[in-house]
Amino acid sequence: MSAVALPGVVDAPPAARRSKRVLPGFGLTMGLTLAYLSLVVLIPLSSLVFRSAGLGWSDLWAVVTEPRVVASYRVTFLVSLAAALVNLFAGGLTAWVLVRYPFPGRRLVDAIVDLPFALPTAVAGIALTALYAPNGWIGAWLAQIGIKVAFTPLGIFVALVFIGLPFVVRTVQPVLQDLDREYEEAAASLGASRLQTIVKVVLPTLAPALFAGFVLAFARAIGEYGSVVFIAGNMPFVSEITPLLIITKLEQYDYAGAAAVGLSMLVISFSLILAINLLQRWQARRGSR
Amino acid sequence: MAGSNRFIPSRANTEPRGVRWLLLGLVLGFLALFLLMPLAIVFIEALRKGWHAYLAALVDPDAWSAIRLTLLVAAIAVPLNLVFGVVAAWAIAKFEFRGKQVLISLIDLPFSVSPVVAGLVFVLVFGAHGWFGSWLQAHDIKVIFALPGLVLATIFVTFPFVARELIPLMQAQGADEEEAALTLGASGLKTFWHVTLPNVRWALLTGVILCNARAMGEFGAVSVVSGHIRGQTNTMPLHVEILYNEYQFSAAFAVASLLALLALVTLAVKALVEWREERAHAAAVRAAESQDSAAVPSHGALAAA
Repeated sequence: MSAVALPGVVDAPPAARRSKRVLPGFGLTMGLTLAYLSLVVLIPLSSLVFRSAGLGWSDLWAVVTEPRVVASYRVTFLVSLAAALVNLFAGGLTAWVLVRYPFPGRRLVDAIVDLPFALPTAVAGIALTALYAPNGWIGAWLAQIGIKVAFTPLGIFVALVFIGLPFVVRTVQPVLQDLDREYEEAAASLGASRLQTIVKVVLPTLAPALFAGFVLAFARAIGEYGSVVFIAGNMPFVSEITPLLIITKLEQYDYAGAAAVGLSMLVISFSLILAINLLQRWQARRGSR
Repeated sequence: MAGSNRFIPSRANTEPRGVRWLLLGLVLGFLALFLLMPLAIVFIEALRKGWHAYLAALVDPDAWSAIRLTLLVAAIAVPLNLVFGVVAAWAIAKFEFRGKQVLISLIDLPFSVSPVVAGLVFVLVFGAHGWFGSWLQAHDIKVIFALPGLVLATIFVTFPFVARELIPLMQAQGADEEEAALTLGASGLKTFWHVTLPNVRWALLTGVILCNARAMGEFGAVSVVSGHIRGQTNTMPLHVEILYNEYQFSAAFAVASLLALLALVTLAVKALVEWREERAHAAAVRAAESQDSAAVPSHGALAAA
């Protein structure tokens, strides 16, 4: 703010600045935004709460803790976690290589990283199944050493690694680009080895972005459906993911049950968003200190 | 990357050559395995039985109606979300108000909701046993297992795309230019049209093209509300699934290849916009540097830009 030099203005409460609205259209755009948001997102989502509430607490609890539902949580969470961890390492490394090592075709590689965002999940699903099926390019080769990927939880893992790949790259890349190399040079001139510099200087700076990307990839993996159903085999208790279970319940006209399981997933999504927001707030506070 | 043009590699600030090659090789290998091979197999499988079968799969009446339905759904959902994105970005970026962060989080919410849940909520609201189910039946209006349901589910999952491209950019640009235009006597709408819109047009393009890619490619949410009626409520991704489950692999991959092409065009446009922005940014930095070439090193100029 350039007005700090004027005495009197400095002490004006922030509310004074807030109330001075020169631009028109706040009421209109804000009203439209809230109306559209409510109609398209919030009211439909609230139906999950109301429909589940119709069950009553004990029935709701019984539905979301059915053995088959719990088994689907376990598969969904464990495989999503494993895939997000792979994305953390592979994505962090990809961001590092893309920012720090100029190589011919870098721009092309950079663009192709977004492929999982742009490729429809059903297409990814059938493509990965074709590759990893026992007679596919990669599947046949893996079958020789006794590894079965398609139609097992390992297949879910492959699909979720694909889906989550861009998240870590795209959160870490901008931070890495803005990272001042002078700190690394200072560490080196103080006698740190390259590895020490990376572990003690670079990684701590990247840690919040790495974690944010990890959580985003994890959140996406938990809800993912299209790319998984083709390759998973969908065996109850073994390779059945929670989103698929919701569809199964809907097909059996068990609307309340589907709503209850959907609500449990929504609560998890909310918690993850909250975690990211808290992290970003903490990061901003730390940065301003 | 503009900061790296004065960078001189040395043992102090980069890894040994061998390590660099190893890491580069690892990353390229990983990306080839996980990104290029799935993309390649779509086209290889699609053309396995030759061009004739490929074209036949695409002109099949059911495939054709799926293509038309996909275009129709996107043609309704994308403009609505485009208008919403611009309106929301104006309210959020140009004004200060309490609870702004909460509003931004709510707009981002559909990104973290499972597509299946996105479809489910509309079944709960409009389905036969939903809130408006009996009313809709009495008035003979079909939402679920019909076009309105497909459109609603698509709007839900593509809801944040335009807004989230615009909000950070418009926040960074501030309201100075708009205020100047208003002071000079332009109307609010005119200011928006001639000042705000030109400033954000590239971000708007990115948002729209990403929104469109998702709208045409959405599977989970529309799968729940579609009912899978061949030739009527099947979008392209759903048609791919049906063909695949009927073991018509070549036909499934033929339709899938159209969606893959759409993804490639989307990536190309996005990369082009980013490349343009990078060049404009570098030019601005150079201009700033030549103006006060006195003491400011490149990083200082970057931070100021």
